Amino acid sequence: MTEKIAVERKVLSENDKLAAEIRSQLMQRGVVALNFVSSPGSGKTSLLEKTLAALNHELRLGLIAGDVQTENDADRLKRAGGKLVQPIVTGGLCHLDAKMITRVLPEFDLAQLDLLFIENVGNLVCPSSYDLGEDMKVVVLSTTEGDDKPLKYPGMFRRAKVMVINKIDLLGTSDFDLARVKENARRINADLKVFEVSCRTGAGLPAWFDWLRGLVHAPARDLPLTTGA
Amino acid sequence: MHELSIATSIVETVLQEMQRRQLPAVETIAVRVGALSGVVPEALEFSFSAIINGTPLAGTRLAIEQVPLQGKCRNCGLDFSVVEFIFACPHCRSGQIEITKGEELEIAYLEVSS
Ligand SMILES: [Zn+2]
Repeated sequence: MTEKIAVERKVLSENDKLAAEIRSQLMQRGVVALNFVSSPGSGKTSLLEKTLAALNHELRLGLIAGDVQTENDADRLKRAGGKLVQPIVTGGLCHLDAKMITRVLPEFDLAQLDLLFIENVGNLVCPSSYDLGEDMKVVVLSTTEGDDKPLKYPGMFRRAKVMVINKIDLLGTSDFDLARVKENARRINADLKVFEVSCRTGAGLPAWFDWLRGLVHAPARDLPLTTGA
Repeated sequence: MHELSIATSIVETVLQEMQRRQLPAVETIAVRVGALSGVVPEALEFSFSAIINGTPLAGTRLAIEQVPLQGKCRNCGLDFSVVEFIFACPHCRSGQIEITKGEELEIAYLEVSS
């Protein structure tokens, strides 16, 4: 005879519990947290570099830089002027989880912070499953990738609130179609907010910076919350 | 390939349950994997079988139930199957769709011999 025992537990319930604690800590201190996800090579680190350099003097920024093996990204970002850069080397792991964030969060004085950026590991699958306690996920993709990327990674594009399309200076050098990528992304997520930028020429970046400034000045309760995976 | 982390979480959770309920062995672990969960069933099976050797779960079978995407229109209330990740209401075309099924990543039940 076999007997069925109901369990009904989320596999990532431990992670989700920690993420909820992080979220409440950040909210209490009025810190807005953005979780940046992308494929490798999208220019996510460049975007963060430009963003830190542009806003570091007017906003209080912190950054957690996740990297698989090295601290290269964190070093680049420190040079860009981020005093509060905390690296996490995942040791081969393909995503950050809430426990890693919990470990490094005490390095930040949350009362002295407006925006916390989390640079996730470069891939569009694994990080989508892990809630890090962020306010929202920002997915970065570039015009050197396929414009069908949203359709290939629907989970990530569904869970993100913002899509930043980088390298628009390279439009026209490949089959990448800006209208099509937006259409594909909005098929998955009608509410996705889109920015078109070039970290190389600086095009589009002012609008992105303005939107970030707006986030800091918006009452925390108006922010859309990312639901756990 | 985060299925290894997922498999590890499953094993840890089930070992806790075994201890709590005083179960000497488990024949089957039934898990629900939604279409939007980001988990590839084959990779999960592979990871699971690779890590259970030498644990009280050696020999345990993982039964994966794949859950297709289901949505509910926030505008007109229609429940419908989301096909090919098109999140638009087939009735009123609204894109304001709440996911009601398909994000699951959960342990449903255990089968034990009694
Ligand atoms: Zn409708």
